[in-house]
Parts: sequence; structure tokens; C-alpha cells
Amino acid sequence: MSLATLLALVTFASLVAYAVLAGADFGAGIWDLVARGERRAAHREALAKAIGPVWEANHVWLIFLVVLLFTCFPAAYAQASVALFWPIHLVLIGIVLRGAAYVFRAYAAGSDVTRDAWGHVFGASSALTPVLLGMCLGALSTGDPYRWYDPFPIATGVLALLICAYLAAVYLAWESHDAQLRDDFRRRALAIWWVAGVASIAVLFLARSEAARLWSGLTSAPAIVFIAAGSVLAPVSFAALRAGRFSLARYSCVAQIVALLAGWAAAQWPYLIFPDVTVSNAAAPASTLALTALTLPFGFAALLPSLWLLYRVFKSRA
Amino acid sequence: MSPLTAARIQMELSLGFHMIFAAIGVAMPLLMLIAEWRWIHRQDEDARRLAHVWAKLTAVTFAIGAVSGTALSFELGLLWPRFMAFAGPLIGPAFALEGYAFFIEAIFLGLYLYGWERLAPRQHWWCGVAVAVSGAVSAVMVLAVNAWMQHPVGFTLSPTGAPADVDAWAVFANPAWGPMAAHSTLSCYQAVGFAAAANYAWTLWRQPAAGRYARLGLTIAMAVGTIAAIAQPLTGDLLAKRAHHQQPAKLAAAEALFETQRRAPLTIGGWPDVERRETRYGIEIPGALSFLADSDIETEVVGLDRFPRDQWPNVAVAHVAFEIMVGAGVAMLGAALWHWLSWWRARGHDALLPRWLLVALVLCGPLGFLALEAGWVVTEAGRQPWVIYGVMRTADAATPVGDVWASLALFTTVYTGLLVLLVFFVRRLRRSEAA
Repeated sequence: MSLATLLALVTFASLVAYAVLAGADFGAGIWDLVARGERRAAHREALAKAIGPVWEANHVWLIFLVVLLFTCFPAAYAQASVALFWPIHLVLIGIVLRGAAYVFRAYAAGSDVTRDAWGHVFGASSALTPVLLGMCLGALSTGDPYRWYDPFPIATGVLALLICAYLAAVYLAWESHDAQLRDDFRRRALAIWWVAGVASIAVLFLARSEAARLWSGLTSAPAIVFIAAGSVLAPVSFAALRAGRFSLARYSCVAQIVALLAGWAAAQWPYLIFPDVTVSNAAAPASTLALTALTLPFGFAALLPSLWLLYRVFKSRA
Repeated sequence: MSPLTAARIQMELSLGFHMIFAAIGVAMPLLMLIAEWRWIHRQDEDARRLAHVWAKLTAVTFAIGAVSGTALSFELGLLWPRFMAFAGPLIGPAFALEGYAFFIEAIFLGLYLYGWERLAPRQHWWCGVAVAVSGAVSAVMVLAVNAWMQHPVGFTLSPTGAPADVDAWAVFANPAWGPMAAHSTLSCYQAVGFAAAANYAWTLWRQPAAGRYARLGLTIAMAVGTIAAIAQPLTGDLLAKRAHHQQPAKLAAAEALFETQRRAPLTIGGWPDVERRETRYGIEIPGALSFLADSDIETEVVGLDRFPRDQWPNVAVAHVAFEIMVGAGVAMLGAALWHWLSWWRARGHDALLPRWLLVALVLCGPLGFLALEAGWVVTEAGRQPWVIYGVMRTADAATPVGDVWASLALFTTVYTGLLVLLVFFVRRLRRSEAA
């Protein structure tokens, strides 16, 4: 395997980590936004408590991803920056507002009114940001990244939103100690499962006409293997939720998202931005790739135990 | 507004904004750790309260620093895609190390902020150490990138204008890095130390009997601020000597030196008149600039006359910013010495600090941040018209996208709003301290 391929895989792994970790934090904001009924305060409290200690660390996967991209694949970063000038700007505004709203709500809200106002900003930006991020990803596959507002990118954006909401609901169902809360999030997860399923099929259907190269990739090996795995895992996570087996639901739901992203990446291969930019034609000089690859074992030797400690302290169920 | 102008303003705004939060995020954990250490070892309740308040401020500023830093990592490409296509492989390794450090910082900040009850006091304190150290390392790594833009190394230019013979390690062997990293990272501690000191000086001025809580806050903040204030002229001197050798146009602009000369004077104050190529109304100290540039008053210091007019930085901006930075630094150093003299006299018999000293400390509150921003203006304005010194002009790096003015308007609105909110937040924290 070439160094460029290895680093493309690491970049992809960062995307997966960002999706399943920070994606759930976005999802928590979405559920915060739509919280209704008499238990809405309890919902919001549980959501804020769940993401409080971890959302900053989860967010860093995005920074890591973009640093890998401009270091190892500078031509891809430069082209995406020009083509996706607007959606990325809007993503950034979303990220800034969301982070600011979260901490101002947590540390600075004096009255209930300001608290609610920050909550709405937090929720709205949590909902919009993943849509835009999903649109950016979708636009990389259609053949014209400048048309990020076409039906296919919009569909991938909506799918990203639903996935975030689904992840958050499943994690919350697993994490909650309160039986009532657990059931609330379980029911939300089950409902979203149907919507996300329909959206996935819609994305596939649209790919056929709007992103023909991606479609032919998705329908042949190796991508089709991942898509098949995802199709098996989806009912597993649904059944596990129904049966109240939350640990299984959590694992299968994460595996499902990984399969979906892996299917997309495999179908997209070797393109970073279809049709001009590939892993090999965008790759940085060998010296840069070698140095970056060399930092990985050292960097992760420091990171992984730290992450383990963080999740152990705040996310173990005991 | 031309896209280039809009892109420059957006970058300046985003960096200028980010730096305030990043500086607090780098330095505040140190203050917080000193206070928590005191609480753990002396069961000092005031120290515990200070640690909690400073942790809250760290939480908010770190979060905003993190998201505005994320924005910057994208804006580099959104605004300067040609710069990044060229420089990505050369500066990327420094950003990668910064990425790891930042990751560690975010993880341990989560543990610190939410772990007061869950971790043993000493474990908790060590989590804070990880935050403080990785914060400083992040700053040092980002400065490797800036040092590279001032003194690009590790490549040759191919005939097509792309970098060739790339040596990715070179960014870490850059002689410009050390002094720059030291000077800029210290400025974070100085800015935060003096700003926090001003807060407690203000409390003590209004309520002279406010008690040990405010006095302890003042002492810790001044300890951090003073050490930085003393080290800054030394690291600044190293930086000036670097500029003399590597970026003479920057030194000439900062010092408003139009003519190349031996026994070059140091001009204090004054307004550079670019048309007439002279600096008016300044006080000149003969030979002082030559001495600062290379420890010898006979040193020839290169003036702007050695450069074609289209390669001059904006002399007025660089010189005025430089004067502001140095002036603020001198004022803070003076106030720091006065403070410690009074502290020495007052210790033991619990006497009050002189009221004029408290006024001086309050006035010094914004100076650290002012000096930090001004110093950044010197180094960046002094590099113009180059984005990569001597290699790529800023104008050639900008995005071809036409509507940068609109994204600028968007960022201006959001960042202005957030700065206003930060002020409200600090006021709220002050009130909670009083309670």
C-alpha cells in the first residue's frame, strides 16, 4: 500500500470518528431543539449532561481531518475550498455559534429567558451544520462540486441530519439511568430509524441519475459489500432497540454508520473530488507523507489512552 | 471592495478574534493550577474559589477559541487556496503536531471541568497540568507555521512555481521559530496575567477591605504577568536580531528607517511620512537601532531604500503598531515593579496596597492584549506584500471566489456579537465573585 493510500485511509478514519462521536453531539442538539412535552426539561438536561465533558474532544476529529487533508492532499483541500466556499462558510458559522451557545448556556445564562435563547441557537446550529456537512460530502461525488445545492447533495445533507439524530437517540437510550428517559429516547430512535431508512433509499435512488459514477461504484465490489453489511446491520439495530438491548443497539448502529461511510468511500475511490482530484494526483510530496505517517503512532499513543480515560470517567454506565 | 481586500480583512478579523480567546485558553489554566495547588496544599478556601472562577473562564474561552480555530483551519483554504496548495505539505506537519496537542488539551479539559467531584484532588490537578502544557505546545506549534511564512525553508522553486525538493522536517529546524514561539507564547501569559490583575485591583480599589480573596487573585495574576513582562524584552530582542538578518524590510518598517545607515537611530514615536521618506515628530536615540540589531553601534541597518517601492510593507501601520507594543510593554513592566515593591512593604503587617498603584494596575489591564495584537500586526503587516516572504505575494494567494465581502460581513457580525457577549460574561463572573 502506498503512503498516500495509507494516509487517505487515516483521513477517512477521522471522518468516521467525527461522524459517530461528534455526529451524536449534533444529534443531541437536534433533540434539544425539538424537545416537547412535559419532560422536555429533563430531556434537555440529560442531553447537555451527556455531551458536556466530551463534545470538545469529539469536535477535534474535524480539525484533525482538515489538517490531514491540507497536509497530505493539498490540491484536494484547495479545490474543495474554492468550490464549496459557501457551504463551508456556513458550516463554520454553525460550528462557531453552536460552541458559543453551548458554553454560554452552560456557564453564563442568568435567567430562564437567556437560557432558552441560547438553547435555541444551540439547537438550530446543531441541526443546520450536519446538513451542510452532508451536502459538502455529497457534492464531492456528483462530478460538479460547485453545484452543492443540487438534489443529490441536499439528500445527503438530510441523511446526515437523520443519522446524527439517530445516533444521539440510541446513545441516550443506552446511557440514561432513568427508565422513562430511556424509553423516550428509544421511541425516538425507532421513529428516526424509519425516516433515515427512507432517506438512505432516496439517496441511493438519486445517485443513479445524479451521481452516476458513484452509483456504479456502489453497485459493484467492494462497495456493495459494505452496503450489504449496512443493510443487515440496520434491522439488527432496530430489533435490538425494540428488545431493549441497548448495548447491542449501540454497537450495531455505529457499525451501520461505519458501513455506510465505508461504502461511500469505496465507491468514491480513487477520487477525493470527482472527476478531477484523486488520492494520487493530489498527494503531497513523499517527505511530507512520510513525516505525517511517522507522527501517527506517537500521536495516537498519547491520544488513545487519554480518550479511553475520558470515556471511562464520563461514559461508563456504572 | 476587492476580493483581496475582503479576504485580508476577514483573515485579520478571524485571527485577531481567535487570538484573544486562544491566549486566555493558553494562559488561564496556569493561573487556575496555581490556585488549585494552593488549595490542595494549604486548604485555602479563597484559592479554591479562584480556581473555580478561572476554570469557568477557561471553559468558555477554550470553547470559543476551539471553534474559531476550527474556522481558521478552513479559512486558510477558503481565503488563500493557492497559498495552501503550495504551503500545505511544508507547514502541515507543524499543524499535525498542533492537532495532537489540541486533542490532548480538549480531552483533559473535559476531565478537569467535569471532574471536580469524580477525580481525586491530585488527579484532578494533573489533568489541569495536561491542559496547560498542551495549550502551550499548541501555541508553539502554530507559531512554527507563522515562522515559516516569515522565513520559508525546506524547498526549492520548480520552474512552474510549485515547491520542489520538499523537506517536511525543515519547518521544525527553522531558526526563526524559537524566538517567535517564545515571544508570542509569553505574550499570552502577560496579557492574561495583567488583565486578571486589573480585575482584582479594581475590586480592591472599590472595596479596600475586600479581603484576601481579591489580594490572592491579584498576587497570582501579577506573578504570572510579571515573569512574562520581564522575559518579553529579552525574547523581543532576539526577534529583532532575527529580523535584521532575515527580514530587513520588516525591521526597517517597524523602526520607520528609510535610509540604510551605520549608527542607525532608534526612533521613539513619530509618524512615518512615506512620500517624503522621513519620520517626523519622533525622538531619535543615535546608534541605538544599530546596537539592538547586532550588538554594535557600527552595524549597518538596512533601510527601506534598499527595496523596490512595491515591496514595502505598510510603514505607518508597522511602526505605529510596534510603538504601541513596546510602549505597552514598558508600562506593564513599570507597573509590575511598583506592585512588587509595594507588596514587599505590605507583607507581614497586612497593609493595604497604595490606591494609585491599584489605578495603575487597572489601567494596565487591557495593555497586555493590546500589545499582543499590536505585536501580531507588526509581524504580519511587516511581512507584506508577501504571504510567504520573498516567494509568494498575498495578492497571488487569494481565492478566485468573488463574493468574499459577503462572508466577511457574516463573520464580522458573528464575531462582534461574541465579543460583546464575552464582556457580559466577564461582568457576570465578577458579580458571582462578589457574591
